[in-house]
Amino acid sequence: MSLGSAAQGSPDSPSDVLRSSGSEYRALFKRNKRNWEGAVVHRLVFACAILSILTTVAILLSLVIQSWGFFSQIPVWEFLGEARWSPILKPRSYGVLPLVAGTMLVTFLGAAVAIPVGLAAATYLSEYAHDKVRRIIKPILEVLAGIPTVVYGYFALTFVTPQLQRIFPDMLVFNALSAGLVMGIMILPMVSSLSEDAMLAVPNSLRQAAYALGATRFEVSTKIVIPAALSGIMAAFIIGLSRAIGETMLVTIAAGATPKLTINPLESIQTMTAYIVQLSLGETPHGSLEFNTIFAVGLLLFLITLVMNVMGYAIVRKWGLKYE
Amino acid sequence: MQKQTAKQPETIVPSQLIVKLPDTPDETRTDVVLEVQSLEVYYGAFRAVKDVDMPIRSNRVTAFIGPSGCGKSTVLRCFNRMNDLIRGARVGGTILFRDEDLYGADIDPTEMRSRIGMVFQKPNPFPKSIYENVAFGLRVNGYTGNYPDAVERSLRRAALWDEVKDRLKENALELSGGQQQRLCIARALAPEPEVLLMDEPASALDPISTQAIEDLIKELVNDVSIVIVTHNMQQAARVSDETAFFMVDPEDRAGYMVEFGKTTNIFTNPDDERTEAYITGRFS
Repeated sequence: MSLGSAAQGSPDSPSDVLRSSGSEYRALFKRNKRNWEGAVVHRLVFACAILSILTTVAILLSLVIQSWGFFSQIPVWEFLGEARWSPILKPRSYGVLPLVAGTMLVTFLGAAVAIPVGLAAATYLSEYAHDKVRRIIKPILEVLAGIPTVVYGYFALTFVTPQLQRIFPDMLVFNALSAGLVMGIMILPMVSSLSEDAMLAVPNSLRQAAYALGATRFEVSTKIVIPAALSGIMAAFIIGLSRAIGETMLVTIAAGATPKLTINPLESIQTMTAYIVQLSLGETPHGSLEFNTIFAVGLLLFLITLVMNVMGYAIVRKWGLKYE
Repeated sequence: MQKQTAKQPETIVPSQLIVKLPDTPDETRTDVVLEVQSLEVYYGAFRAVKDVDMPIRSNRVTAFIGPSGCGKSTVLRCFNRMNDLIRGARVGGTILFRDEDLYGADIDPTEMRSRIGMVFQKPNPFPKSIYENVAFGLRVNGYTGNYPDAVERSLRRAALWDEVKDRLKENALELSGGQQQRLCIARALAPEPEVLLMDEPASALDPISTQAIEDLIKELVNDVSIVIVTHNMQQAARVSDETAFFMVDPEDRAGYMVEFGKTTNIFTNPDDERTEAYITGRFS
């Protein structure tokens, strides 16, 4: 490569262009359209960021204000302490525990599926799978995440429940088990994808060090990579669970509409979300005490998921290790 | 624990059983730990390394020197089969470890790696306690003896014990860079390997930490055979007994070994003029 001779031979060479511009250096940019554009874009993106915060605040406010109509008549301790939920049918009782238990039962079953399978899938994708295999499996998992939840609901009701009834003949058509298992499948892609991201972020130098000490692939995965990625994995679990707690359509379709304080997964139950749907669709007059129950339940649901998300954030902040 | 004042552990490790030979050049076949015969390394279709033949002798420091990209680290990684972990990497030729084919079908690479330890270019302690870092190599190898004693022994051998004995439960990432690297050496020593591979172990460290590592190498070589890759020729001259010089073949961009011999010979009176050119800095 004779760059020097080319520069001398051709008038278009960079050095010639620079010299031919008259002065030695170009002047600095003056304030112009570009700065003006920057300011507009800045304000626009700032407004969008604020909008999401304002929305959250507005939702919280509306929940608090509307549920005030409920808590002004029913004391908080009755709401949280009583063990029977019957706001419409007499004798009336406003104990939210059966709904909370229903939500927790389905969430627990979902977690029992999604946490071990999700972690195993993430370990496989991050530590074991060939690049080719990963390129096939990852998109499939992500398609699973895009299926509408109503489809999962009918999958649970019309496919999973009949299969389970072969094992448990006494099981009701609407039951927590089927909804919980399908819930687990539903949040699986999220749990495994977020866990895998956390595991892929573990530096390769740690894997190499472990292999060089005579560790097997399984030991490298379980003793080095998973512990090093634990904060991210925990956050993935919590985000998955908080999604399960808030999930509505699947449990409305498959889990039943019978508020019941039980831990038996074969029974028909009702979750907090399913109750809100049931009552909103009914003929209960707006503004009545019965109608206001949905805001009280909604507020509680909001607080539970908020606490979980804050916990997830705190875990990442506290135990998230930083590598150089 | 405190009664033990000697720097070196009293336990006999297998490599200590081999009597160190005098410096006279009449080495016998028996002191060869690793015998490299026409080694080649391929990444896919690309031949990255070719024509490497050398003996690695026990209780000696063997240094690999040469310009960047000449394959010296690649060759080092063949010695504990770390290249197995790279997809598409393939090794040709033979490496005999105590007369056994390192790439033989009946060799378990994980078991083998506990006998040929490795220290990397950048300190890479696990994000665990200092104690757990050293104990890890024992755990994965199913060590059943006294763990605290074994951990102390390894930390003493790496000349780190006095600095960390009161803070074994602390996270290893809180140590300084030089301490981290000595911890990585202690960790590699814990399974009591016969060979220690060091891939530019001081290149990320300050001069004082580098000095500490070099002193440590001279001390450790009484118990283990050391192979060290370095881009620092003074370092090779200071610490090694034998030196292999590598270069890149401009024709096929494959790294190959130019010359292997006693370090004093390589640095004062090399056989090959390419070696001399590189040593004296006339090589570009």
